[in-house]
Amino acid sequence: MADHAAHDHAHEAHGEHSHHPNYVKIWAALLVLLVISVAGPFLGIQIVTLITAFGIAIVKAYLVVKNFMHIDIAAKVVTYLILTMLLFMLLFFAGAAPDVMESHGSNWEKPSWIAGTAHPETPAPAHEERH
Amino acid sequence: MVVKHASPAHEHGDHHATQSWVKTYLLSTDHKIICFQYMFTGMALAILAGFFSYVFRMQMAFPGMNVPGWGLVTPSDYNMLVTNHGAIMIFWVAMPVLIAAFGNYLIPLMIGADDMVFPKINRLSYQIFLLSVVVLLASFFVDGGGFGGAWTMYPPLMAKAEYSLTGTGSSVFLLAVALEFVAFLLGGINFVTTAMNARAPGMKLYDIPIVVWMIVIASILFMASVGPLIAGAIMMLFDQQLGTAFFDPNRGGDPILWQHLFWFFGHPEVYVVLLPAVGITAEIITVFSRKKLFAYKTVLNTAIGTGILSFTVWAHHQFVAGIDPRMANIFTVTTLIISIPIAEMMFVYVATLYGGSITLATPMLWALGFIATFLIGGVTGIFLGASGADIYLHDTYFVLAHFHYTFFPIAIIGTYAGLTFWFPKMFGKEMNDTLGKVHFWGTFIAFNCIFIPLFFTGMLGDHRRIFDYTNFPELTTPMLENLRAFATLSLVVMLGFQLVFVYNFVTSLLWGKQADINPWRANTLEWTTASPPPHGNWPELPTVYRGPYEYSVPGRKDDFWPQDAKS
Amino acid sequence: MSAAGSRPIATGRSSAGMPTGRLAVWWIIASEIVIFGGLLGSYVMHRLAHDAFAEQAAHTNTWIGAFNTFVLLTSSLSAVLAHKASDAGDGKKAARFLYYTMAGGLVFLIVKAFEWTSEIQAGFTIASNTFWSFYYTAAGIHAAHVLAGVIIMGFVAQTAKKNLELQRVELIGLYWHFVDVVWIFLFPLLYIAK
Repeated sequence: MADHAAHDHAHEAHGEHSHHPNYVKIWAALLVLLVISVAGPFLGIQIVTLITAFGIAIVKAYLVVKNFMHIDIAAKVVTYLILTMLLFMLLFFAGAAPDVMESHGSNWEKPSWIAGTAHPETPAPAHEERH
Repeated sequence: MVVKHASPAHEHGDHHATQSWVKTYLLSTDHKIICFQYMFTGMALAILAGFFSYVFRMQMAFPGMNVPGWGLVTPSDYNMLVTNHGAIMIFWVAMPVLIAAFGNYLIPLMIGADDMVFPKINRLSYQIFLLSVVVLLASFFVDGGGFGGAWTMYPPLMAKAEYSLTGTGSSVFLLAVALEFVAFLLGGINFVTTAMNARAPGMKLYDIPIVVWMIVIASILFMASVGPLIAGAIMMLFDQQLGTAFFDPNRGGDPILWQHLFWFFGHPEVYVVLLPAVGITAEIITVFSRKKLFAYKTVLNTAIGTGILSFTVWAHHQFVAGIDPRMANIFTVTTLIISIPIAEMMFVYVATLYGGSITLATPMLWALGFIATFLIGGVTGIFLGASGADIYLHDTYFVLAHFHYTFFPIAIIGTYAGLTFWFPKMFGKEMNDTLGKVHFWGTFIAFNCIFIPLFFTGMLGDHRRIFDYTNFPELTTPMLENLRAFATLSLVVMLGFQLVFVYNFVTSLLWGKQADINPWRANTLEWTTASPPPHGNWPELPTVYRGPYEYSVPGRKDDFWPQDAKS
Repeated sequence: MSAAGSRPIATGRSSAGMPTGRLAVWWIIASEIVIFGGLLGSYVMHRLAHDAFAEQAAHTNTWIGAFNTFVLLTSSLSAVLAHKASDAGDGKKAARFLYYTMAGGLVFLIVKAFEWTSEIQAGFTIASNTFWSFYYTAAGIHAAHVLAGVIIMGFVAQTAKKNLELQRVELIGLYWHFVDVVWIFLFPLLYIAK
């Protein structure tokens, strides 16, 4: 813990900003991004929705991880660790998606409501009345 | 810089002497005691799983027989026995003994720390593990009996009670596995943090003994791979209990998804248990050939590379499950690639042996036995990694013999190697070397006699999940029946030889010769403290001056050079 | 440091260049990433393959989701302000900010409870179909993390108030931000992408 204290002292000597940025400003930026991501779908353009939804989610996550969690102040190994975990998840996705995304095979077929074939025989409960 | 042994650990140590038996042995936060807890729990379950294997092997060899100690083996008994034999051996024997027990014992002692960095979390980890054992045992006695759908828990057998007929048993089994994962996540975080942060002054990254590296890499692999399966276990539990359909294709789910979630964990898991055994072997081989480990950095980089590669091969378990054939191609290639680093490690060990002055003490025999048997396991894996050959061999006894040739060296031989090597340090007594050798040869020869015949029955068509071959005329030829009976008898012989070990263990513990501080004349830090080490490990924590494998350095009087010796 | 007396020397070392507690929390976060990664990865596979998921997702209430996002983002702000206060050595102030964060977590859970109640009343249960199974499972596991965070934070605030174990304020904050980040991704996945 002594190390920790020394670490903080060094930062305080350089001024508060380096360790503790203006958190309220970052929070405000996050809220603006939130508003954009909610507003995005109202344009009704799919690509815009995707960008405002997931592009902004990534930006928001980056802001939180960098400024609130101080990943840049932690040892480098932490950044590598987190990136490796995300990479493994991409690997998992790449390996599993070709199978899971199939709606039918040589002797099986997913139910029609989900496979998008023919007319729904087994509709999702409480689905019809809302339409 | 010498670390002053500040008062806390001292005080603690003094407390320790006056604590009651329960506090000392059951509620201790001392990493050495927690090692023993894990080890003895693991061994008790190994006896149980060994007994299971005896029962179902008797049924295989002599169908319909009244098995002594069990009775008639019904089909559902058989399924329950094979399922739990596999699950117990992997989750409740290999992992607790190889990672948790050896990790707990060796990491603080080998890096020169007085304990784990989170002793209470360490204790909690064992307690959760113990709870998982209780839950597992309870699953045998619930309505319908224990789960019998294989340790891989594939749906629909796992998900639907109307197929498995063990609705409650399945859920309880799943809960036990999940608790076990939680225990090892807590333990793993402790191991990794300890090795990263609590090293003795002077111990740089390349001064860490290989076995510590291996256990740390294994813990990281476990943490990185188990997540999807934890998510999958929750989904499976909801399928069983809440009527969701994550794995039911009739209602939009996908059973293959479970296989991906499972094997994304399941394959790295092989390396999770393999790496500690490889590390134990490295320590023993260097000590008993009095040579520096050949290419320390190569071994380390190879292990890291193997760890990363192990995340890219999982679907080779699913070649016949109906996965996308294009993916089968990719996974064949990655699977064949991963045999390269493992082969390289074997070569490095042989190179370490080359030109050394080898002593064939019991631990060394186990270490060499590990290399020999694991080699066969690795070579036969190449057949199964190639998707074409796997279509024929899948789910035959060839697969079974292959993975026993990998897991037996890991879980049994690796454990015996480590145990016989560190026994003097752990318990302060020496083991009987003659009895140790008898035990080694009995186990080693009998093991090969069990599984070499099974390679052949597998190639001739014996299928893993068949409970009684008498209904299959082409599988009841005298040759096949004789091979099965021979394998079973060898198993009985091998189990019998374990009594030699139990006898040796108990008598050595009670009446063995007092062990020296450093009976094998090894370099690593655990050999610089008393045998057994006191609470807090050293009166004054050591400082490290060199790497762990400085054996037979020219110009020195001794052929070893302890890591903490100033000159 | 009240409990320091029983701590091994090992705990205080930092060969990796950062305090042991912070290192351990990052490892916990790493192991959580793969738990959520496996679940959300499976969800995305289904979502990409089946347009029917979009029709089902249309029944989720974006406004409630957005409100909860706002609540969690704000609670993250107070968590990091607590960390700042604890760095300055002001345990009382840190505890106060932690209480605000806990309040945020509770508001989140209460809103979630009302949201789920209305959805279940409308007939969308966890067993309705695979979209709703994923919806309740993912949000449920996340909510369990929120609840756990609130409870642990209560203990941390108790000691921080007495100016003890102030490094814990940062550690629970790290965990809380991670839970926030998970929600940042859950929100578009479950609510916006329709």
